[in-house]
Amino acid sequence: MSTPQEAVAAPPKVTSFLKDNLRDFGMLISLVVIVVFFQIATDGVLLKPLNVTNIVLQNSYIVIMALGMLMVIVTGHIDLSVGSVAGFIGGFAGLLMVQWGLNFAVVIVISLAVGGLIGAIQGYFVAYFKIPSFIVTLAGMLVFRGLMIAILGSQAIGPFPTIFQKLSSGYVVELISSASGLYITSFLLGLVLAVILIVQNFASRKRRVSHGVETEPFGFFVAKNLLILAGVGYIAFLISSHRGMPNVLIIMAVLIAAYSFLTTRTVIGRQIYAVGGNARAAELSGIKTTRLVFLTFVNMGVLAALGGLVVAARLNSATPKAGTGFELDVIAACFIGGASAYGGVGKVTGAVIGAFLMGVMNNGMSILGIGIDYQQVIKGLVLLGAVCVDVYNQRR
Amino acid sequence: MLDPVPLAEKPPILEMRAISKSFGAVKALSDVSFAVQEGEIHALVGENGAGKSTLMKVLSGVYPHGSYEGSIFFGGEERHFRDINDSEKLGIIIIHQELALIPLMSIAENIFLTNPPASRGVIDRSERHKRTQALLAKVGLTEQPDTLITNIGVGKQQLVEIAKALSKDVRLLILDEPTASLNETDSAALLELLKEFRRNGITSIMISHKLNEITEVADRITVLRDGRTVGTMDCHAGPVDEDEIVRRMVDRDLESRYPKRDPKIGDVIFEVENWSAYHPMHSDRQVVKNVSLKVRAGEIVGISGLMGAGRTEFAMSLFGRSWGRHVTGTAKLHGKELDLSDVHKAIKAGLAYVTEDRKQLGLILQEDIRKNVSLAHLSGVSSRGVIDDIAEMKVAQEFRGRMRIRSHNVYQETGKLSGGNQQKVVLSKWLFTGPEVLILDEPTRGIDVGAKYEIYTIINELADAGKAVIVISSEMPELIGICDRIMVMHEGAFVGEVSGEGATQENIMRAIMRRKGRE
Repeated sequence: MSTPQEAVAAPPKVTSFLKDNLRDFGMLISLVVIVVFFQIATDGVLLKPLNVTNIVLQNSYIVIMALGMLMVIVTGHIDLSVGSVAGFIGGFAGLLMVQWGLNFAVVIVISLAVGGLIGAIQGYFVAYFKIPSFIVTLAGMLVFRGLMIAILGSQAIGPFPTIFQKLSSGYVVELISSASGLYITSFLLGLVLAVILIVQNFASRKRRVSHGVETEPFGFFVAKNLLILAGVGYIAFLISSHRGMPNVLIIMAVLIAAYSFLTTRTVIGRQIYAVGGNARAAELSGIKTTRLVFLTFVNMGVLAALGGLVVAARLNSATPKAGTGFELDVIAACFIGGASAYGGVGKVTGAVIGAFLMGVMNNGMSILGIGIDYQQVIKGLVLLGAVCVDVYNQRR
Repeated sequence: MLDPVPLAEKPPILEMRAISKSFGAVKALSDVSFAVQEGEIHALVGENGAGKSTLMKVLSGVYPHGSYEGSIFFGGEERHFRDINDSEKLGIIIIHQELALIPLMSIAENIFLTNPPASRGVIDRSERHKRTQALLAKVGLTEQPDTLITNIGVGKQQLVEIAKALSKDVRLLILDEPTASLNETDSAALLELLKEFRRNGITSIMISHKLNEITEVADRITVLRDGRTVGTMDCHAGPVDEDEIVRRMVDRDLESRYPKRDPKIGDVIFEVENWSAYHPMHSDRQVVKNVSLKVRAGEIVGISGLMGAGRTEFAMSLFGRSWGRHVTGTAKLHGKELDLSDVHKAIKAGLAYVTEDRKQLGLILQEDIRKNVSLAHLSGVSSRGVIDDIAEMKVAQEFRGRMRIRSHNVYQETGKLSGGNQQKVVLSKWLFTGPEVLILDEPTRGIDVGAKYEIYTIINELADAGKAVIVISSEMPELIGICDRIMVMHEGAFVGEVSGEGATQENIMRAIMRRKGRE
């Protein structure tokens, strides 16, 4: 144990490996348990193709915003304004597209830019003025909710151009017609995704092994990849049995991949974690902490705007109530997904799983006919429970 | 001066017998005996780390009975203090160097923070006001009781602390470096106050580095060194020589604690001229005063000084202005002027600064060794912004081997390493940036002797590789043991320089004390 250079050790045993990585897999296991539970409780309604597509559509904007929120939380901050910003951008886009008749693509670009600007303003106060993000974004929450009502009056704007609606309610164009009712292009897309994931995993493992880096046990690795193949394949199959792959799922998948890469593999991602882990130490290591915090807020603004557009496209109207309470779901997704409220800790995959965990629970409880009252109670308790388990695990 | 009954004839008010206290493997106090007579001013002196503060913490109950060996007698009875409240009840009041006042509360609120005059839980403000006025009069303050602490100067704050102690029926007043942050007039006033207390029968223990002040007011002086009592001197028995005190404070053997080195010193590579910096909050307080410094290739230069001399502030302001404001001055490396306007540029320019506080400022404790090592030089393990995890791991493994960091592997959390190993991770981080000038601030604080030796060896290797090395340390033997030249810093300026062979602790102490005497 004390001799150096024995990092090139024999692979650890499966059990001890599982124990060490309980935290990462615990989340996934919880999700599976909840899915199985509701699948049984709802007599199989949960995993009906129509419903699976619904769960994806219902949670797409939460996932998208959770990607931004995770980075904000990792730097040790919080953004309470995302729901208002999403709603505001929805109304703003409605105004431009429906009332002014601007082209949808132009409006999307402008909307994302405005979202970025909103993030920049809030980020400026947080990063450079050192005002607690809780306060800045609480103010933002009020300001943008108010501005949205000011834009919309008290009525909804709609309907949106058909092509804009496709952002949320469109599906991947089917190239191959099939008599069986299965959307083959969508299914193949899903399979391709699974294969890409697995090929990448193998390549990365091979590289690590060839350099003598400790990795997970081989049996475990194979099992994990088979599960990925089976899981992704099964979901792709379900979705392809309904109407095919929703466009928004593609957007989501691309964003999840991009942000996973950003947070785990890039210099800027590493620096964001360093800022959250110990801001003073990061600063004294030459990291421009204020600028990074500022940028995470800009990024959050853009993603909140994207979330707002997705919601508007899905509802096919911009209403003054849109986006209300989103911030809570988004923040809950991050914390359920293992992010630390003290900063420095949190994973993109965790936040995504957290978002779906909440989504599956919402959906399952609605199918079971549980009222909105007790749904909230249960969700609240799940949030508290998840964080408690996490804290307990860390103290072990 | 009044000459009361000879001191030795009365039983001591306080007697600490054979006190020993360890922190893990480190012995902070061993077999210390210490007695204070009623009504005297007893000075406690020793180097930083000699055990003065630890002894006072044992006395006041910060370290409760049972966590140390030995016994404490106060007022003729053996006492077992469980916490600071126990000792305060008996009138043992300690005033720490860092004042414990709440800035945005008034003087009266601070003095009666824990036990305000009240009936049924409701504070009697006029009574508090009256009592505060009486206490302030005793310490010679004319401030109104409702003045906020933040609006009075440090000297007066110190007096408020003393007034607070008086509000608790003090029998033994302990002052830890009471004049460290005071100017000449305030210090003199404080010393006068202590003398007046003595006339009123209050016993005081005064911890201080300022020997001229000690010889002025103390009745007896106890010297601690390396956690042991060296002896107690009676100031009434004859004149006390300051040099004698210094000699007793620092005398010890320095052999074999420091690795041998044959310095190969080249030309001057690093030059700092007229470096100044002001306090970030009090913009009129100049903390670093026109400091100039030259370091040669392969040279280890030490910066010595008391706490608060401005050493860390100098280093941090130099390192990308990470401390202070209105930082001015020039720094040159190989004759070329450097842009040190932020930390990133300072690192690029070839500077590295190993911080004094590795947990707060040096490491990201929840991250592993690998991520900490690469943190200051991520560009060295990445291309186009993407980190090469294999390259990063290899860098970390190389340093783990070279620095002999004891861990299972490079994926171990740094928060779970020992102090010495943590320090080696911090050193690795900075060596990986490939610095030309390396500034180490208290590089061996809180590290055991073995790890210290290893750190010294690493420092020597760096110097031998032709780097300019600057070591800041409060431990004089350490500086003497490893440095080629030592700059003595006092109150923000360099007040002396002792080099190589001629460096003794007495020389350094004298340079500081001389300065103090002149103030």
